[in-house]
Amino acid sequence: MTIQFNDETFRDDYSFYNSDWAIKRFPFPFHEDSYMYAVNMEQHRGGPEGSVYEKRFDVDEHYVSEMRDRAMVLADDPLRCQSLPHMTLAGWDLLELIMVSKSEDYPDLFELHRDGNQWRWVNKPLGIDDTFTFLDETTLPYGPMEYITRQTQGDFCVLDQRDDMLWMDAGMVTTQADWSLDFDIGMNFFEWHAPVPLAHEKGIFKRALKFLLNIQQGAPARRLNWTMTVNPLLDTSPENYHIWGIQKTTLTPENIGSKQHLRVELQTFFRLPRSNALVFPIRCYLCSFQDLMTMPKWGRRLHRVVRDLPVELATYKGFIDNRPMMLDYLSQFDDGLPTSPGVWPDQETEPPLQK
Amino acid sequence: MSKFQFPESIKSRPVYGTLEPRPGKAHLFVADAEGAEAILDLAAASPDLMAGAHIIYIPKGTDFTEKLRDLNPAQFYEGPTYAASVQRLRHVLENAHQGLQVYLTGTEGLMGQAQNEAMQAGIPHTAIQTEHRGSVARRMQCVHCKGITEDVITDPFVCAHCGLNLFVRDHYSRRLAAYQGVCIDAEDPGNVPEPVELYK
Amino acid sequence: MSAAPQKAKPGGQQIPVVVSAVVPLNDLVTRFEFQCRDGGAFPPFSGGAHTVVEMKDGDLTRLNPYSLMSDPADSSTYAISVRREDGGRGGSLFMHQRVKQGDEMMISYPVNLFSLDLRAKKHIFFAGGIGITPFMAMIAQLERSNGNWELHYACRTESLGTYVDVLSYKYPNKVHIYYDDQNQAIPLEDLLDGQPLGTNAYVCGPKGMIDWVHAAASAAGWPDAQVHSEEFLKPEPGREFEVRLCKSGKTITVGENESLLEAIERAGVEAPFLCRGGACGQCETDVVKADGEFVHRDHWLDDDQHASGEKIMPCVSRFLGTLELDR
Repeated sequence: MTIQFNDETFRDDYSFYNSDWAIKRFPFPFHEDSYMYAVNMEQHRGGPEGSVYEKRFDVDEHYVSEMRDRAMVLADDPLRCQSLPHMTLAGWDLLELIMVSKSEDYPDLFELHRDGNQWRWVNKPLGIDDTFTFLDETTLPYGPMEYITRQTQGDFCVLDQRDDMLWMDAGMVTTQADWSLDFDIGMNFFEWHAPVPLAHEKGIFKRALKFLLNIQQGAPARRLNWTMTVNPLLDTSPENYHIWGIQKTTLTPENIGSKQHLRVELQTFFRLPRSNALVFPIRCYLCSFQDLMTMPKWGRRLHRVVRDLPVELATYKGFIDNRPMMLDYLSQFDDGLPTSPGVWPDQETEPPLQK
Repeated sequence: MSKFQFPESIKSRPVYGTLEPRPGKAHLFVADAEGAEAILDLAAASPDLMAGAHIIYIPKGTDFTEKLRDLNPAQFYEGPTYAASVQRLRHVLENAHQGLQVYLTGTEGLMGQAQNEAMQAGIPHTAIQTEHRGSVARRMQCVHCKGITEDVITDPFVCAHCGLNLFVRDHYSRRLAAYQGVCIDAEDPGNVPEPVELYK
Repeated sequence: MSAAPQKAKPGGQQIPVVVSAVVPLNDLVTRFEFQCRDGGAFPPFSGGAHTVVEMKDGDLTRLNPYSLMSDPADSSTYAISVRREDGGRGGSLFMHQRVKQGDEMMISYPVNLFSLDLRAKKHIFFAGGIGITPFMAMIAQLERSNGNWELHYACRTESLGTYVDVLSYKYPNKVHIYYDDQNQAIPLEDLLDGQPLGTNAYVCGPKGMIDWVHAAASAAGWPDAQVHSEEFLKPEPGREFEVRLCKSGKTITVGENESLLEAIERAGVEAPFLCRGGACGQCETDVVKADGEFVHRDHWLDDDQHASGEKIMPCVSRFLGTLELDR
């Protein structure tokens, strides 16, 4: 399939949009009518054809515009991409993983030609054709992690593994759900998750850490996480919160359907072979409420999840103030009918809205 | 009494202990103000430690200097400020060997910054001892402009660099030796609550 | 999350290989070299990683971990070196007596439980006997990045000095050899004294040597986090015991010379594992009921967990009495 890339923005006039194809494959994160933290890991070895789970690194219609947005963020604030000195080898690991995966999974878009350590990388959507020496930093315009993640959707945390612990020692973070790489770099797994409520008490992070420490070469894993964002703003950084935070107050009953977005992170985990580090790509997908409501099952379910979410979580996810307005809107799409289990929209089998 | 019991908090917030003697040929102490009392307590319990001790001390207007000198450490340095002492600290760490024991005591800001120097010199943070004494003021980083405001004692406070009104989080970065300050009125500009003294 | 969650295969992904060379090195140690059966490249790995080699010994499937000792950057060949243990459980004897060039085998993807701390200003390696193997790969890795390292290697005799010749030839200033039969000993206390801050020590060898290095480093004031060791435990024989596997509804008897994990596998019950040496935590199993006494031997569970009687690591631990497991 050839992807038609959107020309769109994630700031200012927010011309971002999802095609029907993108809505249908949106990774709706709720497999039942309620939500609570869970480790919810599964193997990342493909998925249904056309779904966001199919490829190792999903490329979609937003690719070119997301990369343009990332370049703008980095021009404004280079601290969004950092790598502690001992993480360079892990950066090469990541570059190799992405180049090999993308050239195999999307041969019409990406090519990798290797002759020993002499590599040629062709990225057709971004118009890049570079030749470099693998493991030689002087032959790339940026460090290896920055080079490849300027060409790959999603944030990237590269975690060193030492003393049965994971350490956030490198990353490219420009599409984050309100956390700062510059502040968190160097922290261990429990420390960078410290601000998350409830999950520590439930032992979620202890279990998750044990799972992640054991992720093996050739056996990547994945899970979903989610939050809410007003406007399709990718860069919801703490650094700029004093600028974008006010946008949360611009919701009205009239504009909420188009302005309020469900923000879903497809988190994947790969062991990096040369460094024994772990890479944690966090791919962000945005979908407006009104687009989600085109799937009757998702409409019914989203209302129930948002309605029943514990106050702590709604506060942490930043939408406690807007929750009443969200429920007024969402309740129109909940007729009380039962929903089928699982995340898929089940368009053929789920009944249309009965009101 | 210079000891303060910090309330339980999130996992990124440092937890301070009580200095105890550890094996090693060399012992480096960095302390400010009432931190002197922790060194005096340790030396009283383990006087042998002082033969291999180097004390870097910033009095901040207190008068413990003579008492510390009387411990007869191998080296003693009184610095007017941390900034004035940091070159000496780096030199000591650069020339130190595996087995050096580092003891930090006093305010959070002093301990955090000295810990960062020791980590960069190659000592794991888990091997560096800390004991809080004296002021509970915090060293805060503004997450927006990245500026550090020293000795913050109220929540919220005004960033000394960009002037934003920031609330005090317990989220702490060892690398920056600072807590995180975040704009408090981003979603309701001008609505800034009255500052309250920390832990009150 | 998605349609049908896929389960991880126990033991991780495997690679079909052919034995490309069998090289006897001395009376006790033989090197085995592997190439991918499909002629392709092996995945790269990090120094200190091991692979679990599957040996089809009649009806018995043996799974033994061995450190990868080839150059991690060489994706054409993986190599392990195996010391013959005449009194062992038979894995090393199988390798020495039965495995020939051209044989087809399965080995696991590399797993690293003994990796370099890449922040270290300097790496000091302490090897005893066959404990040299992980350091062969670590040294090759560090040489490519101009790493600062030195090796102190204790061998029983010159004739049993596995890889002494090649190491001394390639790195005469970094490699130091000590022969037991010539009353040479690693001058550990001197070596630990005077190292620059940020030096990391690594030890691989007999348990006594590992304990010695940890204790001496601790006494010299070294941070625990900067002293690394790897010791593969082998399942030890013990009295026969009976286990009820609740989930699969089977009752099995663990023989004197097999591990609990092996007995579970023999009964056709799938159980997760990786290192099979009590270190990785993958085979951790919940205890439903226990009537008797645990013989915990793993490095994974902490003392409280051992005392609780709620968990067991079936790869190396046993039980005296009757046990019921959530498996």
